[in-house]
Amino acid sequence: MIKQYETVFIFTPVLSDSEVKKATQEYQSFLKDGGGSIVAEDLWGMRQLAYPIAKKTTGIYYVLEHMVDGTIIDKLEIKAKRDPNVLRFLTVKLDKHAIKYNDMKRKGEISQFKHKNKASEEADKTEDNG
Amino acid sequence: MAKSDIKFLASPQFGTQQKKYCRFKKAGIKYIDYKDPNYLIKFLNEQGKIMPRRHSGNSLKFQRRVATAIKRARHIALLPYVTDLLK
Repeated sequence: MIKQYETVFIFTPVLSDSEVKKATQEYQSFLKDGGGSIVAEDLWGMRQLAYPIAKKTTGIYYVLEHMVDGTIIDKLEIKAKRDPNVLRFLTVKLDKHAIKYNDMKRKGEISQFKHKNKASEEADKTEDNG
Repeated sequence: MAKSDIKFLASPQFGTQQKKYCRFKKAGIKYIDYKDPNYLIKFLNEQGKIMPRRHSGNSLKFQRRVATAIKRARHIALLPYVTDLLK
């Protein structure tokens, strides 16, 4: 059964830009070969980890939203587990609220919506960004 | 002294608690994003522990969702499992 999923990868910080691109392409083509489709992708880039993983304190975050059959997810996770470039990964099934949220976030509608109740200083921050 | 006089020695609000409410129900938020640690940090104490419902006022439904989101954020190293002086 085809459902919408979201996978977060943390790649090792030692990879160069072209190597990261190659790795992301690899996972995308893997999903497409399995009969899935890519909904959206987002490369966050280098980010500080909250705690060290495999003696690394930074990681390259990559978020991939895809529609794929559940059996492919097992294979994807085995692939990620065996990949030495991937420090950590997380696959999450998206429900209808999550899909709506991600859609709004991509359009840039979410920052005001989500932080409506936040303190005024944070509201100013989002205005600066937008 | 009559009982009615004693009543005014303390503030009339003394001893009355403000009703807690679930902020997600109030604001109409349906989905809590685990990729947004700045938002989730509001539900953690200084040691990075999840705040109980009696502090946050969340309904059971959304407390569960907050807890799941925090646990996911910890797994992808957006939030620490154990720490001091988080805030």
